Amino acid sequence: MTARQRQVVFLVAMAGLAALYLAAIGGLPGFGHYPGAYGDVVDSVGVAARKATDVVTAVNFDIRGFDTLGEEFILFAAATGVSVVLRALREEREAPAPVEEAARRRERSRNAAVRVACMCSVGPTVVVGWNIVSHGQVNPGGGFQGGVILATAVLLVYLGGQFLTFRRISPADLLDAAEGAGAAGFALIGVGALAVGSAYLANVLPLGPSRGVVDSSGTIALISFVVGVEVAASMLVIVSELLEQTLLVKP
Amino acid sequence: MTPLLAVVFTLAGLGATAVVTTRQPSRQVVMLSIYGLVLAVLFFVVQQPDVALSQFTVGAVVLPIVVMLTLRKVSGNRPEDGGGP
Repeated sequence: MTARQRQVVFLVAMAGLAALYLAAIGGLPGFGHYPGAYGDVVDSVGVAARKATDVVTAVNFDIRGFDTLGEEFILFAAATGVSVVLRALREEREAPAPVEEAARRRERSRNAAVRVACMCSVGPTVVVGWNIVSHGQVNPGGGFQGGVILATAVLLVYLGGQFLTFRRISPADLLDAAEGAGAAGFALIGVGALAVGSAYLANVLPLGPSRGVVDSSGTIALISFVVGVEVAASMLVIVSELLEQTLLVKP
Repeated sequence: MTPLLAVVFTLAGLGATAVVTTRQPSRQVVMLSIYGLVLAVLFFVVQQPDVALSQFTVGAVVLPIVVMLTLRKVSGNRPEDGGGP
């Protein structure tokens, strides 16, 4: 097929796609007009029913908690998959002296401003991450977002040139344990509801005295916490597997 | 649609185009990160801070890091590999 023929085919296909796309857009509800009933119901009764001022978190971790459990295991499976695919193969070996390379790296990024900025950001990032994890039921955010922020706090240490410190504060065993415990925690909270004679992942804990406080909303806060641990560990597993890949050389 | 929304939508369109038209992968990652940031702002403007926070952390931070590390692995070790693909 010549380039010209290919162009003709492309243009015909594009015209067809554009026509269908425009027709489809014309059939959408107007911008900002939500047609379903479910969202409006959740909006109006969600806060009162769950004592969680962030209805999105209440939906995620309680009202449709089972879907979120599946989504969380997507991330779990992804991190596990990365670990399996990027395992050290028989012919591969670590670069002769990763320590030496790390030391060289530190020297290369001697830019003091970068290092100071990174190191000064680590503490605040950890605080923000835990705050978002633990206030998911009150404020925007929750376990997922906070977990990623916690993982970036550890990455800042690497960015600041402290590769060895990065390895020391996120050892593989600890990451694996935290990832597994977080994922299992979510599933087990659901089983706990079964144990007291309720439905799986039903919100069986006391909802607390008033809305908008940290110790409100029953299992929502608890699930947000375990999801935070799981997500932070999964992200760090993925990134440190990739980091270690850059240290591997093939024979 | 408010003027602010129109501006953010336009920025998102421009950002997406910039990502596609950038040819060099390492620069493309930076563009992708900026585009992720614009999308986070867009979600925030349409009053969805939870999704905006997710987009900000994943699209603007984690995804570029993962792609960057992969690029480094793909291109960085090549001389030591003895010229392999």
